[in-house]
Amino acid sequence: MRINLTSVFVDDQEKAARFYTEVLGFVEKHDVPLGEDRWLTVVSSQDPDGVELLLEPSGHPAVGPFKEALVGDGIPAAQFAVDDVHAECERLRALGVRFTQEPVEMGPVTTAVFDDTCGNLIQIAHHAEASSR
Amino acid sequence: MDRVTDVFKALADPTRRIILDELTARDGQTLFELCARLLTQHGLGSSRQAVSQHLGLLEDAGLVEVRREGRCKFHYINTDPLGPIVQRWLRGGDAAGSRKETT
Repeated sequence: MRINLTSVFVDDQEKAARFYTEVLGFVEKHDVPLGEDRWLTVVSSQDPDGVELLLEPSGHPAVGPFKEALVGDGIPAAQFAVDDVHAECERLRALGVRFTQEPVEMGPVTTAVFDDTCGNLIQIAHHAEASSR
Repeated sequence: MDRVTDVFKALADPTRRIILDELTARDGQTLFELCARLLTQHGLGSSRQAVSQHLGLLEDAGLVEVRREGRCKFHYINTDPLGPIVQRWLRGGDAAGSRKETT
């Protein structure tokens, strides 16, 4: 068994597709019409055959309250690895991304949290040892 | 319970004092960030609910303010309630004896 897909619930798939590709820099992998919605996945350009992120519609009535509660308390829906949180934070801020947590060094891990504009918070992280390799 | 008693009660707990330390280090934090800081900087594995309760008590005492920005709630330190304490014993010592606990 292996993990090949994970997902975030997005308010608007079209908007999410733009944010996750144009701003975050991911690459669209699958875009299949499914009734009113799409099977829409992106991958990292650094790992096109790696884990896919499904940009999942938020239509189910439980999703709204779930996302609202998580975002209210600042809790990320997903975490992505970057080489340097500080540099990525600067790059994203220049593109207008809003951070709910500026970079913090927490032991060997540095993290920051931003708003994906589609109802989620996303954490980015790097490990001190991994990034100095 | 009056406000001064609330302030002393809020400050009586070490975790709540550390929360104020962390808000002094960086003002305007989400519950998520505060929990992560307590855990990684201080080794305090308090549950999210426990930290939320601590924040509620600090908020009741006026030492923490919660502001909603977009869909997120951020916690800010407010040191105003500490003023009367400093004035009572450190600056206005001669007048302290005759002042009543009303603030």
